[in-house]
Amino acid sequence: MNTFTVAYKESKIYFSTPGAYVVGAMFLSLTGIFFVFDVTAPFAEASVRGIIDWASFFIVFLAPILTMRLLAEEQKLGTLELLVTSPVRDWEVVIGKYIASYLIFLMTIALTLYYVLLLYVFGQPDTGPLFTSYLGLLLHGAAALAIGLFGSSLSSNQIVAAVVGSAILLVLSFVDRISDIVTGTAALVFSGMSMSEHVEDFTRGVIDTADVVYFVSIAAVFIFFTIRSMETRRWR
Amino acid sequence: MIEVNNVSKMYGNYPAITDINFRVEAGEVLGFLGPNGAGKTTTMKIITGFIPPTSGEVTIAGYDIVTESLEARRHIGYLPETVPLYSEMNVKEYLSFMGKLRGMTGGRIASRIDDVVDLCHLEDYYTTIIGKLSKGFKQRVGIAQAILHEPDVLVLDEPTIGIDPIQVVETRQLIKDLGGNQTLILSTHILPEVSQICERVIIIHEGQIIAVDSPENLAQRLVGRERVDIEVKGPQQDVMKALGDVEGVQTVDRVSGEAGQVPTYRVQSELGVEIRAALASTVVKSGWDLLGLEGVIMSLEEIFLRLTTDEGIEIE
Repeated sequence: MNTFTVAYKESKIYFSTPGAYVVGAMFLSLTGIFFVFDVTAPFAEASVRGIIDWASFFIVFLAPILTMRLLAEEQKLGTLELLVTSPVRDWEVVIGKYIASYLIFLMTIALTLYYVLLLYVFGQPDTGPLFTSYLGLLLHGAAALAIGLFGSSLSSNQIVAAVVGSAILLVLSFVDRISDIVTGTAALVFSGMSMSEHVEDFTRGVIDTADVVYFVSIAAVFIFFTIRSMETRRWR
Repeated sequence: MIEVNNVSKMYGNYPAITDINFRVEAGEVLGFLGPNGAGKTTTMKIITGFIPPTSGEVTIAGYDIVTESLEARRHIGYLPETVPLYSEMNVKEYLSFMGKLRGMTGGRIASRIDDVVDLCHLEDYYTTIIGKLSKGFKQRVGIAQAILHEPDVLVLDEPTIGIDPIQVVETRQLIKDLGGNQTLILSTHILPEVSQICERVIIIHEGQIIAVDSPENLAQRLVGRERVDIEVKGPQQDVMKALGDVEGVQTVDRVSGEAGQVPTYRVQSELGVEIRAALASTVVKSGWDLLGLEGVIMSLEEIFLRLTTDEGIEIE
């Protein structure tokens, strides 16, 4: 119940402040540009693979911007003090905020369905990979927002929060590059840790349980870290 | 209603408060008085469960604030010193959000918002965005959210800081009206505030409680004197007489010095009268040896001097 109270309040603030609109507009214009590039290229195929690839890259920066305010501002304004001295559990606050950020993310993604509509109007896209691509994007977003939220819990400064979130996401996105220069188990571990590796299967039309488990785990782990991070104020 | 037992809080190696003990009975209005940095806010934060004590325990309505935190927090209404509000929300939205967080039902929230808006004179600002309100009105919104759920315990941390004098008077009246129904802890560094509002006062200084009494008794304990210890080698009778004749001196007592040793006299004067120079020159003119001269500050008075006695000007 409290979770939804917090989620409702945060969604409302998302809609009443320009931040989410700017992030959404940026995301849509960037993916829009790459969609156009993709479908106007010679021998273009009717797929969203191109924009999903780019979207996965933009998420690294956009997810932390979307979440940076959530806990950082409460710490800065001191409203966190009122929030956590109310009869509310820390996890209810964290989950509530996470849900709100995910809703905004979902809405932004929903707007990209316009591209899909165009594909169906002017071509014959393969529905399977289209569906899995979006599933992958939703899972990727879930993980990225959790990391962004964790960044927001670490600092009362929103910029710091966003940078920390992006840094973690960047490392997780490109850690597979290390596997190119090492061999054996290490290479396997590094590529297994990489977000981009796990996104790739989805864009090819494959739903691998390992990929789903990977993103869900990342999301769960970072939400857990966020809750823990909020509790650390008790030991400071 | 509130029990604080042997509570200490360390920030690293720095003790913010040391071994604080007090009780507040149901319906009592308690003032927490001390200069800036005395540990008032730390104590408030511990009572409300925002930070845990390093040692000791706090119970609210019988629930331990650390181990039965959720249950204890249900009984508290809290206004932190910084008056944290969401500036993007309007007054009504904010209050209803806080109400929901406290587990109030929709109907009760609606009727209570009407009550508190009335009580805090926020009628005209019902749908104003909080960010656009003046400091004084923000303070009222802060008080409104604290009393919204009719908590048994109300904790107000410096509720009149930083607002204009007229609003200060109104806010005090509001707090006064609240007392009686609720157990109330009010922290402040303004002396007249406690005497106007509180039935009992705790004076805290450098993290320790140095006095607990009613405002009237505390005022009596402060006789308003300054003391000087003076060490003079000379005939005792003559010295005491000469010192007593210095302008502004009220009493002269011999406080130490065995037979054969140089005696020390304690000279009391009215508060604010500087007598040390006059004492010194009297001793020297009489041809006695002045061996020591030291102003003695009574701890309680020292603290009171550092409290704000004037409504507008702070003595620091």
